[in-house]
Amino acid sequence: MSILVYIEQAEGNVKKTSLEAVSFANALAAQTGEGDVVAVALGTIGQKELAAIGKAGAAKVLHGADSKLDAGVIQAHASAVAQAFNLIGAKTLVLAKSSLGDAVAARLAIKLNAGLVSNVVELPKTDAGFVVKRSIYTGKAFAETTVTTDNKILAIKKNAIDLKQDGPDAKVESFDVAISDSDFVSKITATERATGDILLPEADIVVSGGRGLKGPENWGMVEEMAKTLGAATACSKPVSDLGWRPHHEHVGQTGIKVAPTLYIAIGISGAIQHLAGVNSSKCIVVINKDPDAPFFKAADYGIVGDAFEVVPKLNEAFKAEL
Amino acid sequence: MKILVCITHVPDTTSKIQFTADNTKFDTTGVQYIIGPYDDYALARAVELRDQASGKLTVLNVGEADSDPTLRKALAIGADEAIRVNSVPKDSYFVAQQIAHYAKEGAYDLILMGRESIDFNGGMVHGMVGELLGIPSFSPVMKLDIDGSTVKMVREIEGGKEMLEASLPLIAGCQEPIAEWKIPNMRGIMSARTKPLNVVESVSQETQAEASKYELPPAKGSVKLIDKDNVTELVKLLKNEAKVF
Repeated sequence: MSILVYIEQAEGNVKKTSLEAVSFANALAAQTGEGDVVAVALGTIGQKELAAIGKAGAAKVLHGADSKLDAGVIQAHASAVAQAFNLIGAKTLVLAKSSLGDAVAARLAIKLNAGLVSNVVELPKTDAGFVVKRSIYTGKAFAETTVTTDNKILAIKKNAIDLKQDGPDAKVESFDVAISDSDFVSKITATERATGDILLPEADIVVSGGRGLKGPENWGMVEEMAKTLGAATACSKPVSDLGWRPHHEHVGQTGIKVAPTLYIAIGISGAIQHLAGVNSSKCIVVINKDPDAPFFKAADYGIVGDAFEVVPKLNEAFKAEL
Repeated sequence: MKILVCITHVPDTTSKIQFTADNTKFDTTGVQYIIGPYDDYALARAVELRDQASGKLTVLNVGEADSDPTLRKALAIGADEAIRVNSVPKDSYFVAQQIAHYAKEGAYDLILMGRESIDFNGGMVHGMVGELLGIPSFSPVMKLDIDGSTVKMVREIEGGKEMLEASLPLIAGCQEPIAEWKIPNMRGIMSARTKPLNVVESVSQETQAEASKYELPPAKGSVKLIDKDNVTELVKLLKNEAKVF
């Protein structure tokens, strides 16, 4: 019996978070002896890109190549993944926690009568039942969740598992998705993507600015640091509320939740709602002129100093090292 | 137009998260409860749409009696009536079943809720309800306008947004900036006292994935402070100690 993994793509490129889901499924299969990992990828994606999913641990990729599936139409993707699930006789579906992943998984939970656990942070305990640890309260706590259904869906939080990169290429098979008009009751009329190569929810390094930067005209040094580090830029809620930066850069409890390897906060005091969105970061660096800023309590490294003095110097130091 | 808004009753965003001694329940000591912040956006937009279309706005919560003040607040903000399904919200599937049952009976044109609750953060209920009712579901929706039976939406995607069109009925999980939060005024608070808040029993007890035990993350070690005139030290620590690049 195989474990199925739903692969998300953006403009033909497989998302790293989906490869993490493949790695998770690979480790789960090894733990339970549940057979191999089969990935299902939808829309226009190159054969080489598909085969490379094997590096993360998939033995086979089912490719539903219909270009109608390029855009993430929720109902259509849920229908296609259900077909793949039934085709291979899977009992477990693994996918990355994301805006599309959540939406697709929720519909699949009903279609497949499958217990769904989101924000999964480690491999399940399977010795007595099926117990999954998930992040709750925006990263401020964890819950052990017992899944009672035969079919199961796990949505994996970013950075919950190390990415496997040493597998052989996967066998790619064409997957004939039965598409019905009722799956396309909604029409995507346009898509706007942020400029820049690094998407915030998937970034390994995030450089974030707050009100301490005093205005949007001062974001050049944040962008410069992000460019040097190959990072995404982000901001606190007040900054996006003031219109200094776009909403999709707002990280926090009611914004994007990030879990990068490194989060650098510049001029952000660290309100509890902001911390909730970033506290899953592996390493947090805080630069703030107020030594009593609450963010220092959540940080691994800190510099007490004026951002306008510290950040340009730090940019030079990063450039010299990298 | 008949609009249903589903709200959660959750700890305030500044709450200290803690559990009972045996780690099997959330410790509510000293915790203030609020309408889920994402649900607040959904409710605010629903009030605007109801006012435009002269429809009826119902708000629903799955919860016990302690949710009533939260529902009264929703009535004060502008909902016309409230339904409380009298049960502990056991898991997303259980909650979705309750909502789907009442949505089906009420034949709502539009169902709105927050993109996720801020306690369990699952973001699953809207999609489950959509599938149970056989109607499209969209989330996270940042903008929603209705023209006749056509709904134009903007949905956030990773690193951007997509513009969508669909027809009523549908269900949407909402987030900012779909509308400005509305604060109840005195007139709203007074009128909320006389609006109906109907308590009904749950229709099913089925669950699929229930939380059984909780834990807090390990305590964070203290911050290592680096002198502002020695930023190269930070770069060395990030490279050699934290090994982040």
